[in-house]
Amino acid sequence: MAGSTPRLGIDMRNPIEIKKVEQMAENLAKMDPVKGRSLWQDARKRFFKNRAATASLVVLGLIVLFSAFGGLFAKWPNDEIDWSMLGQIAEMGQPSIQNGHYFGVDELGRDLFARTIQANQISLIVGFVGAAVAVFVGTLYGAISGYAGGRVDSVMMRIVDILSAVPYFFIVILLLVVFGRSIIMIFVGIGLVNWLSCARIVRGQTLSLKQREFVQAAQAMGVPPFKIVVRHIIPNLIGVVIVYGSLLVPEMILAESVISFLGVGVQEPQTSLGVLISEGTATMQYGTFWQLGFPLAFFTLILFCFFYIGDGLRDALDPKDR
Amino acid sequence: MFNLILRRTLVAIPTLLILIVVTFLLMHSAPGGPFTSEKPLPPEVLARVEAKYGLDQPLPLQMWNYVVGIVTEFDFGPSFRYKDRTVNEIFAQGLPITLTYGTLSFVLSVVVGVFLGVWAAIRQNTWIDYLTVAFSMLAQVLPNFVMGPILILIFTLWLGWLPGGGWNGGQWQYIVLPVIALSTSFMASIARLMRSSMLEVLQSNFIRTARAKGMPESTVILRHALKPAMLPVITYLGPVFVYMITGSFIIDAIFSTGGLGYYFINAAFNRDYAVMMGVTLLLGGLTIFFNLVVDLIYGWVDPQIRY
Amino acid sequence: MNIKLRTLLYTTVFSVGATALLAAGTHPVTGEALADTQTFTYRLLDEITSMDPQLNEDVDGSQFARDMFEGLYNQDAKGNLIPGVALSHTVNADNTVYTFKLRDNAMWSDGKPVTANDFVYSWRRLADPKTASAYQWFVEVMGLKNAGPVMAGDMDTSELGVKAIDDHTLEVTLEQPLPYFALTTTHTSTFPSPQWAVEAHGADWTKPGNIVVNGAYILTEHVPQERSVRVRNDKYWNNENTILDTITALVINDENVALTRYVAGELDQTDVPAGQFKKLKAERPDEAINVPELCSYYYPFNMTESGNPALQDKRVRQALSYAIDRDIITENILQAGQIAAYTFTPGATANFSVPDVEYGTWTQAERDAKAKELMADAGVENLDLEILYNTSEAHKKIAIAISQMWKQKLGVNVTLANQEWKTYLETRGSQQFQVARAGWCGDYNEASTFLDLMNSASGYNDGKYANAEVDSLLAEAKTMADPQSNYTRIEQIIADEMPIIPIYHYTANFLLDTSVKGWPFENVEKQVYMRTLYKVED
Repeated sequence: MAGSTPRLGIDMRNPIEIKKVEQMAENLAKMDPVKGRSLWQDARKRFFKNRAATASLVVLGLIVLFSAFGGLFAKWPNDEIDWSMLGQIAEMGQPSIQNGHYFGVDELGRDLFARTIQANQISLIVGFVGAAVAVFVGTLYGAISGYAGGRVDSVMMRIVDILSAVPYFFIVILLLVVFGRSIIMIFVGIGLVNWLSCARIVRGQTLSLKQREFVQAAQAMGVPPFKIVVRHIIPNLIGVVIVYGSLLVPEMILAESVISFLGVGVQEPQTSLGVLISEGTATMQYGTFWQLGFPLAFFTLILFCFFYIGDGLRDALDPKDR
Repeated sequence: MFNLILRRTLVAIPTLLILIVVTFLLMHSAPGGPFTSEKPLPPEVLARVEAKYGLDQPLPLQMWNYVVGIVTEFDFGPSFRYKDRTVNEIFAQGLPITLTYGTLSFVLSVVVGVFLGVWAAIRQNTWIDYLTVAFSMLAQVLPNFVMGPILILIFTLWLGWLPGGGWNGGQWQYIVLPVIALSTSFMASIARLMRSSMLEVLQSNFIRTARAKGMPESTVILRHALKPAMLPVITYLGPVFVYMITGSFIIDAIFSTGGLGYYFINAAFNRDYAVMMGVTLLLGGLTIFFNLVVDLIYGWVDPQIRY
Repeated sequence: MNIKLRTLLYTTVFSVGATALLAAGTHPVTGEALADTQTFTYRLLDEITSMDPQLNEDVDGSQFARDMFEGLYNQDAKGNLIPGVALSHTVNADNTVYTFKLRDNAMWSDGKPVTANDFVYSWRRLADPKTASAYQWFVEVMGLKNAGPVMAGDMDTSELGVKAIDDHTLEVTLEQPLPYFALTTTHTSTFPSPQWAVEAHGADWTKPGNIVVNGAYILTEHVPQERSVRVRNDKYWNNENTILDTITALVINDENVALTRYVAGELDQTDVPAGQFKKLKAERPDEAINVPELCSYYYPFNMTESGNPALQDKRVRQALSYAIDRDIITENILQAGQIAAYTFTPGATANFSVPDVEYGTWTQAERDAKAKELMADAGVENLDLEILYNTSEAHKKIAIAISQMWKQKLGVNVTLANQEWKTYLETRGSQQFQVARAGWCGDYNEASTFLDLMNSASGYNDGKYANAEVDSLLAEAKTMADPQSNYTRIEQIIADEMPIIPIYHYTANFLLDTSVKGWPFENVEKQVYMRTLYKVED
């Protein structure tokens, strides 16, 4: 009955064609089984296709390596004052290879190379850990609040409102006073304050996502709410959350510098990029440009890297782009 | 929508009350008090001074008196550090200043940020895109307290075009530098968020459909893509406004504008409780109000949302 | 002569006369050509706490008080007492009753005469616990009779040892004899306040429009955290000799921004950012000023049980003090002419000569060697110490430098504890520190204002140092005609027991535009009366 059944493309009564099919079956059997492709493999592939993001990852990696091991090349420790420089920084404190001050010295005659390395370490840790804490807590909170809706949402968001309006400075001071001035406390303090806006953004996005078909389908199938949140809502938020997270890292580093500027931040002789930058700004009109230049350069590089990586991650992870 | 406004207003009252309690407790837990000084007062004298301001009463009573004072007389209390002024006077003087340059900065950031973000998204991978991204990153790199002095160096010292600070009743020359210093980094972050959000929206099916239907690109962008792309940006705007107001203390400090932001941080240092409470309540009220506005706009933009 | 000629004559005379009035004059004493606009603009770090002389708490605020009000005595350019509202005083035999004769031409800006009652009112107000003045304790420094009970509220203020015999005679009765009482009358908290204005306006009495003053200037504009303006008060008794018309104070928190604005011409005076004096002096030799000040910078040790036990051994304290190279701090870090200190009271203090203490005469190398020896003797190795200081660039630099000196020379491990102001005051005031940074400025120009801190009962003795001999020497000095020998002995005890480490004596450094003249550079208490300033033509 020609014409009534859709044709499969092979005429099973033609012996030449049968031969072709048999040949193909043999070839197939010899091939490796097809590997399944997961979301993350896909994402990784796409990330590395993005040249800017890959380059940034490399640069960031180099900076991390430099911060971790650069200290081995420093001729001076980060807290020792070079007494011969003291008082004549503008004239004698420039970067030089001979006296071992590769980046020059700061206002107190301490080696800027060693201090910048140490500052990088602190700032990177503050950035990563702080942002991670903020994003993790904020996303979970916001997604739950947005998905739950109604009363629960109202209460949870009110709590966020109250906490947003409480003087930031006090929370951090109090934490630092009660638990001592350790770096961990600074992360926790800064991170805990910044989760609020992340929560709000995530909640907003969740409200939109909640109405989408795939969520309603999952609900219809009887998937428990928490699983919906974790397996359906959050992955769809990742794009925005990651970009927001990458916006957050520089904010963390800046927030830490403001805290130090106010007098409750990283304790001497440790330092952070924010501290070095504000010290450099104070002296910039007196001719000691290197004091601002080097920390600002690292700061800029680190932030640029995070921006490109953030963009790259967003592009890579976006499930809609299939 | 009316429902939402009503509900929010009702909820605002207990919110503010809780805010008062939390702030009171935090303030009083910090070491030192308004009268702790280098030449310390003898204990009996200190006791009298504190009694005059009611600081010797138990905390719940102090809180009660404070709330009653606000509700019945709209009196936010005296400043402990600036003896000649009350918090009401400080508000009357500082709030217009902060709101003026804060609002200007906000509007500028949003308008320029959204514009740049959209433009960069629709001209993705062209020089406009790269420039916008580069500008955003540079602008975010420079903290307020670096940008402020640099601006003064350039415009006051080298060029002599603008005054180096002060407010002088709000003449435009005094507003320019503070607004630039405050708005730049927010402009940049709004631009970036707008751009990435717009890029996402432009990939979606309904945009593809609109284009396939043969709609002119401008209509596609403005009538169909803009609204949903704005959503993450809108939610971001709420905290942006609050950051601006709190971040304005650096602007106040550098440019000596006399705005409220500096009072905020200064009061913390001086343990000036009434000023601290007053500014906190003000900020809390503004935050709640602004979040309501944001939610309303959000609801208008995304018709699928049900509250 | 005819009408035309007469008119011409009158017109000519009139215009010449008017021109003469309008043109800038010359200084009556020095003959310098004066500038056309007599305005002085200077920088304030922060808004002042109050314009009310009894309520003001900060140094900048006391400048306002000195310009707008006038006390019994003023200080001249060198810091000596000269008549203010009071012309002279007599003292009874045992230095317990001072009688001041007031001038009869002193007036308030609303026309009322200044009388002795105004002083009685303001001193009672200062002592009154209901006023809650931060300087209430000054009444005790003055030594007024019944100061203690009045301050505590146990006695009515009318019992305070001050009385108006008549409108122009003020009688002061002291609790105990005090030879230097007259010096305390230049303190701004003792300045008179207008009772009728205070009672009429309450806390608003100091606002422009309400304020009534008896000094050379009156407040006309005040925008808090931004600016304030004071202009000439015509009713001031000495108004003819006031040349400067207007004083503008601008609040600029950031010292580097202030410097930029000074260079741009917006300010006539500003402070020098930490560590930049040497460079600015080289660039602007006539503008960069550097004069001794009546203040000392020191590190007290916590001598109580909550301190570091190793510090109970005086050898350790001496070692730590010897190991500090004060010249590096003054010449390489601060670089503004500060004076290295081996004793507590500054040499600039009137009627005080700095005693020689042994360790001050050695070279730094000798001090270092001795320090190592002392530490070895005390058997202390690998000492862990914490230095407490409040947030400030200068304090940070000095603390870091000292910690490095201790580390390199004595192997001490130093932790730096930087706290913001109030927290730091609490910590230091409750003896929760080991070594802290401290600074003390004299309240009057006599050595006891410093050495009284060493008294075991002193409320400002944060280290709680207690030495019975010092206490009795201090008590004795209050009634001695020339207490120098006691003061010398006390300084020697301090140098031996080292309860504090004196580090340097302050200098006041600032930039002053060359067109500003009449500044009292030699006044170590920084008592500037701006009516003595004037501007010359550039």
